[in-house]
Amino acid sequence: MVGPNRLPSLPDDWLDRECIIPFSFEGKGYQGFAGDTIASALAANGVWVLSRSFKYHRPRGVLTMAGEDTNALVQLDGEPNVPADRRLIEPGLRIQGQNCIGSLKRDWASLLGYFGRFLPPGFYYKAFFKPRGAFAFWEPIIRRMAGLGQIDLHAPHDYHDKAYGFSDVAVVGGGPAGMAAALEAAKAGAEVILIEDGRQLGGSLNFGRYGTDRAAAVNLRHELVATVEASPNITVFTDAVCQALFADNWLPVIQGNRLHKIRTTSVIIATGALEQHIIFRNNDLPGIMMGSAAQRLIHLYGVRPGKRAVIATTNSSGYGVCLDLIENGVEVVAIIDLRDDPPDCPLSSTARAKNIRVISGHTIVEAKARMGNRHVSSIAIARGQGPHQETDPVQRLDCDLVCMCGGYVPAAGLLRHAGADIAYDEETAAFVVTPLIDPIHAAGAVNGVSGLEALTADGRHAGWQAARDGGFEVDARPARPTTDPAGTRPVLLPVTPHPKGKDFVDYDEDLQACDIVNTVADGYTNVELLKRYSTVGMGPSQGRHSALPTVRLAAGALGCSLDDIGLTTARPPVGPITFAQLAGRQFEPVRRTAMHHRHLEKGATMMLAGPWLRPAFYGPEADKETCIREETIAVRNNVGIIDVSTLGGLEVRGSDAAEFMNRIYTFSYTKQLDGRGRYVLMTDETGAIVDDGIAARFHERHFYVTATTGAVDAVYRNMLWHNAQWQLDVDITNVTAAYCGINIAGPNARAVLSPLCEDVDLSVEAFPYMAATEGMVAGIPARILRVGFVGELGYELHAPANCGEALWDALLEAGRDHDIRPFGVEAQRVLRLEKGHIIIGQDTDGLTHPFEAGMGWAIGKKKKDFLGKRAIEIRKKRGTTRQLVGFTLTDGKELPPAEGHIVVRGPDIVGHVTSAASSHTLGKVVGLAYVAPDQQEPGTRLTIKAEGGRIIDAEVVALPFYDPENKRQEL
Amino acid sequence: MPFGLIKYGLSSRYPVIRKFPARPELKPRYDVVIIGAGGHGLATAYYLAKHHNITNVAVVDKGYVGGGNTARNTAIIRSNYLTPDGVKFYDASLRLFKDLSHELDFNIMYSERGHLTLAHTDAALRTSRWRAEVNKHLGIDSEVVSPEEIARIEPTLNLSPNVRYPILGALHHRPGAIARHDAVAWGYAMGAAERGVEIHPDTEVTDILVEGGAATGVETTRGTVRCGCVVQAVAGSSSLVAGMAGFKLPIRSMPLQACVSQPLKPFLDTIVVSGSLHVYISQSSRGELVMGGATDPYQLYSTRSTLDFTEGLMGHVLELFPFLGNVRVMRQWAGIADMTPDFAPIMGESPVRNYYLDAGWGTWGFKATPACGTYMADMVATGRTPDMIAPFALERFQRFDQFGERGAASVGH
Repeated sequence: MVGPNRLPSLPDDWLDRECIIPFSFEGKGYQGFAGDTIASALAANGVWVLSRSFKYHRPRGVLTMAGEDTNALVQLDGEPNVPADRRLIEPGLRIQGQNCIGSLKRDWASLLGYFGRFLPPGFYYKAFFKPRGAFAFWEPIIRRMAGLGQIDLHAPHDYHDKAYGFSDVAVVGGGPAGMAAALEAAKAGAEVILIEDGRQLGGSLNFGRYGTDRAAAVNLRHELVATVEASPNITVFTDAVCQALFADNWLPVIQGNRLHKIRTTSVIIATGALEQHIIFRNNDLPGIMMGSAAQRLIHLYGVRPGKRAVIATTNSSGYGVCLDLIENGVEVVAIIDLRDDPPDCPLSSTARAKNIRVISGHTIVEAKARMGNRHVSSIAIARGQGPHQETDPVQRLDCDLVCMCGGYVPAAGLLRHAGADIAYDEETAAFVVTPLIDPIHAAGAVNGVSGLEALTADGRHAGWQAARDGGFEVDARPARPTTDPAGTRPVLLPVTPHPKGKDFVDYDEDLQACDIVNTVADGYTNVELLKRYSTVGMGPSQGRHSALPTVRLAAGALGCSLDDIGLTTARPPVGPITFAQLAGRQFEPVRRTAMHHRHLEKGATMMLAGPWLRPAFYGPEADKETCIREETIAVRNNVGIIDVSTLGGLEVRGSDAAEFMNRIYTFSYTKQLDGRGRYVLMTDETGAIVDDGIAARFHERHFYVTATTGAVDAVYRNMLWHNAQWQLDVDITNVTAAYCGINIAGPNARAVLSPLCEDVDLSVEAFPYMAATEGMVAGIPARILRVGFVGELGYELHAPANCGEALWDALLEAGRDHDIRPFGVEAQRVLRLEKGHIIIGQDTDGLTHPFEAGMGWAIGKKKKDFLGKRAIEIRKKRGTTRQLVGFTLTDGKELPPAEGHIVVRGPDIVGHVTSAASSHTLGKVVGLAYVAPDQQEPGTRLTIKAEGGRIIDAEVVALPFYDPENKRQEL
Repeated sequence: MPFGLIKYGLSSRYPVIRKFPARPELKPRYDVVIIGAGGHGLATAYYLAKHHNITNVAVVDKGYVGGGNTARNTAIIRSNYLTPDGVKFYDASLRLFKDLSHELDFNIMYSERGHLTLAHTDAALRTSRWRAEVNKHLGIDSEVVSPEEIARIEPTLNLSPNVRYPILGALHHRPGAIARHDAVAWGYAMGAAERGVEIHPDTEVTDILVEGGAATGVETTRGTVRCGCVVQAVAGSSSLVAGMAGFKLPIRSMPLQACVSQPLKPFLDTIVVSGSLHVYISQSSRGELVMGGATDPYQLYSTRSTLDFTEGLMGHVLELFPFLGNVRVMRQWAGIADMTPDFAPIMGESPVRNYYLDAGWGTWGFKATPACGTYMADMVATGRTPDMIAPFALERFQRFDQFGERGAASVGH
C-alpha cells in the first residue's frame, strides 16, 4: 500500500494500483498511484498542508477536492497556481507549497495572523501613505506579501492548439442529469457533444451517496454510461472544462493542451451544485473539508480522509457522508446538525440506526489544532446557530477530520454568462436560477433539483427541449420532476461569527465574518462595492464559496432580504484557463512576395512593411549606408529594379467605374483616357489624407488602382462600405495577392525593358509618362504603367504572382549588360524624398489634409462631390495651421535630424521633421517638415530641435529637390 | 505597523472612522446636478465643494458609485501625449494624482512604475521619437530607448529578433503610474459628501429638462429634480444622455475589453504597452496581471466579453513574455469607450445652455480624472471655459479643427 491513509481497493476508484509513481513535495520524496492527484497522493501519505493563505499565511489543505478552491493551489517547476486536487502526479514531479516565506511548515509571515485586528477590510486604503512618499516605502513590501505563485522566467512555451466542434446540442456536465439529457436529445436524432470536467462520466454518481447504500448511484452510473457510450451520435469529452458561454452558444472547452471552440444550436447546462462551507473559528485548519471532498477522497482516490470525524451539516447530505466514513473505517464522533429539529429521512434513519451520535440544534463555534500541529484536533460546539448563537461551548470533541455540509448553491457561472439571474427563494432558503430563454437550458442540481430520479427526469426534460430547439421531431414532453423529497436544501444560516475571528468567509482572501460586517459598517453596502472594498470573491475561486455567506452576512447587518443584496456579476472564465491555452498556435503569418527567395539569395536585409517582409537594402546590416548609397546611384545613373508586389491592387469595373472613382478619390477621372494612369488621393470625411496611388484606366469601364502596402485592406473596406450606400454599378476586387509588382527605374530602364516587350512599343512617343497598357513582357502577361515615384524614367510591371520569379530573373538577365541592380525600400525612400514625393503615413498623420501637405493640385476643382470635399473646403477657408515644406541644412557638415525631431520657434513647437536623409545625389541633407504657415516661403530659416536638445539650423527650399523640371521621369 | 491602523487593533468595537456616504432623499432642487457618479463626476463635485464652496450638488447615477468605466479601466496614468495641449492637460492631471492620497486622505495606491510604449516598426519608432521630443520640450520625462536599454528597464521582456514583431525600441516615460481606480472614486465620493454634496446611486436619469434652450433639471427614476445647471459625465453613454438633452455628439461607442490573471508574486514592475501588438500589461499590487488591448472593431453598448479578445490578446502577450504560458486568466470584462474622431475628449459647453459636457473619454479617461474634475468645477462655478480645457471644446468638430492625438492614442491607455 502506498501511504498510511490508503484504503483497500474499491471497484470504481480512479487509481491504477499496479503503477506506483514517485514524486516530491517540498523537497521530500513520496509515492502515489497512477491516477492520484497531487492532493490525494499527499493525503494518502498523511500530508495535509498544501499552501499558505493569501493574507495571514495560514496553513491550508484540501477543501473541495474538485479544483474549485485556492487552498489547493501549489507551485510546480515553471507553473504557478496549479490546482493540486485536479492535477495528476507524474514520475519525478517536483511540487512546492505556495506563498510562504521560509518553508510551508515554518512560514514566518504567519505571524501576520496575530495582527489581524490591525488589518481591517480595506486597510491599505487607510494607511501607508503618510507622510508624503511613504507609500513608495510600503508598496514593495505589500507587493511582495501579495500574490500567490512564483513565475519562472525561463518556463518553456509548450505546444497548444485549437479545434472546432459543431453540435446540435452541447451538454455541459456529465452527471446523472447531463447524461440523461444527452441521451434524450440523441434519441431524437441530435448530434450531441457531452462535456465532463472529471476524468470519467458520472459526476456526483462517482462519489456521492443518493441512498442508504451507494449501490443506487453506482448502478445508475453504469447504466447511463453504457447507454451513452453505445449512442453513436453522442461525442463525449472528458477532462474537459467548459470555461464560458459566450454569445450565440459559443463554448470554449479546455481539454489538456487543446482549446475546443464549440458552436452549438442549443445548450444544456448540467454543471451541478457547489457544496458550501460552514463558518466558525479556525474553519480553515487542514483536516476541515467539505463533506463532498471527503467522499471524493474515499471513492475516487481510495484515501481515508481521517480517523475520527465530526460532521457539521445543515441538511441531509451530512448523514450520507457519515455513512461513507463509517463504511470506510473512519470513526464518526458526532453529527452536528445545525437544524433544531431535523426531519427524518432514510439517510438519517440509517445513521441513527448505526448508533451515530446526532447533536441537533448545535453548531461548531471553534476548531483547534494541537500546539505545533497544523491539523484540526478538536472542535467546540455550542447551542443555537446564527443570531441565536450561544458563545460558550457546551462541549469539546476530539477529532482529526471535520466535514462541512453547508448545503449547495447552483454552479451557475455559465448560465449567468448567458444572462440568467440568481434569486433567493425564501421558501426553500436556496438560491435558484431564473428560467432562461431557449435555446439555453439548465438541468439537474444547477436547476435546484436533487435525488436520482428527479435528476434524470430533469435531464430528460432538458434534452427534449434542446432537441426540439434544434428542429428535431420529439415525442411527448417528458414530465418535469416534482419537488425534492430528500430535504437536502440548507435551511439555516451556517455562519457563526466568533468574537476572536478567524472564522473565514472567503478562504482565497482570508476574509473573516467580521470583515464583511465591518465593510458594511464602513458604508460599502452595495454588493459590488462590498466586493471591491473587502476583495471578497476576487481571488482565484471567484466567490464560489464566499458569495452566499457574504450576502447572508450583509443582509443580516443591514436588516434586509438576501435579494435586496443580490450577487455580483459573474464573469468568464468559470475556471482558470492558461494564457497558452487561449493563444494556441497563433496564426499571424508573415506575407512574402513571389520574389522573396531571390532577395535572400542576394543577401538582402529584410524589414517588416505592414504584414509583409520587404528588402530594406541588399547587403548586411553593417554595410547599410554603403548599400543604400550605391543603390541610389544605380537608379540615378543607370538602372535598378525594386519589388513592389506589396502595393495594393484593386480592380474597379463596371459602367459606373469612373463615377465611383470620382467620388472615392479627390481627383477627377471621368475624362481620364483609356491607356493612361492618373494619381489618386483618398481623404476621409474629415478631409484627412488616408491613401494614395495610381489609377490605370484600361477600358472605359475598368480601372486598376494601386494602394499603399499598409492601407490597402482599409481602402478596400472603405470602398465597399461607401458603395453599399451609393449603389453604383461597379465591382470592386482586391487583387493584391494575385499580382506581383516590379518597378524598373533609371535612365537605362527603357533599354533593358524594350527587348523583353514583344507587343508594346515603349518609345516616348508611343508610351509617354503616365501611359498604361497590358502586354507581354518576357513571355509573361503584364500590366505596364509608366510612373515616376523615384523621379527617373520608370516602368511598373504587374504580372501574375506565380510569374514573379521568372519576371524578376528575366529583367536581371536583360539588364546584365547594363549592370542592373536591385534596390530596396531604404534607397527608394531617399530617391522619392529627393523628388519631394510624400509617403502617406510618414509625411502625413491622421489629421493631415491635402493643402497642408501641398497636395492641393490633386483635388478636382469642378467635381460636385467626393469623400471629404466639404471638410476640405471648410478647412481651406479657415486657413492652414501648418504646412509641409522641404528643407535643407544651413551647415553642410551638420548630421541630418531624425524623423520626429521637432521644429521650434521660441518656446513654441510649430512642427516636426517627417523625412530626412543625406542625399548622395544632391550632396546635402534634405528633408520634409511641418512648419508654421508663415514659414513656408523658400529661404525661411527654421530651427530644428534634435535629440539631447541639439539645435539644427535649416532653411526652407522649394520642392522637388531633384530635377525640378521633371525632365528625367519624362525621358 | 502604520499609525493609521493602530486604532483598529486597539478598539474593542470596530471603529467606523470614515463612512462611505449612504444615499439620502432626493431633493426637488439643487444648484448643480452631475449625471454620472464615476471618477469624473465625483471629482467635479469634490472640487466644486472644495474650491468654490458650491455644495448644493447632487451626483446621480443609474448604478452604483464608480461602477461604470471607473470600475472597468486598467488604471494607467501617464502624460506622454503628442500635442502640446494634450501634454499640458495630462501633466496637470498626473501632478494632481501624485498628491491625491493626501488630498483625499485615502490611499489610492499611486504607484510610479515607468511606462514603456514598444515600437515594432520604424513608423512606430518615428512616432515615439516625435512624442519624446514634444514631451521633453514641455518638461516631461520621456525618452526613446534602444532594445539594450529596454533590457535594463524591463529585463523580462522578450527582445529576441526572431519573433513575429521584433522590438526595435520604445518610448520610456518614467512617471507612468498605476493606481487603485476604485479608491479614486471612493475617495472623491467621501470627500465630496463630507463637504455637503449628495450622492445618489441607483437614480437613473430618464430625461433632461430643457426650457428656452437652457437646461433646467432632470427627470430621474426617483422623481424630477430642478437645477441651475447640469454636468454630464457618463463615459460609455455620452451620446445617449446628450440625446436626452436634444443634441448629437461625434462619438462612436465601442466595447473595450480587459482581463486579469490569477495573483502572482511580483515580477513585472513596468507598465508595458505595444501598439502594434495591441497589448498593454501591468502587474497590480495584488499580484494580478492586468491586461487589455484595442477596442472591439464595432459599435456596441453591450459589455459582454468575447473569446476572440482573450485568444488574440494572449497570443500577443506570449510574444512579449513567452514564459507566461502556464499562467491563468482569472476574469475578463468589458467597458464601453466613447471614441471621438480625433481620440481626444470633449470638455466644456454644449449646444444647450447651462449643460456642460465631459465626454468622449474613449480609452483615456481614468488618467484625466483629477484634472478634469478641477477644470469642469472651475467652469461650472465661473461660467467661463478655463484655458486648459478650451482646446477640447465640442465645436472643434464643426470646424474640422481636430486634436492631433490620434497618432499617440492607439492602445496607449
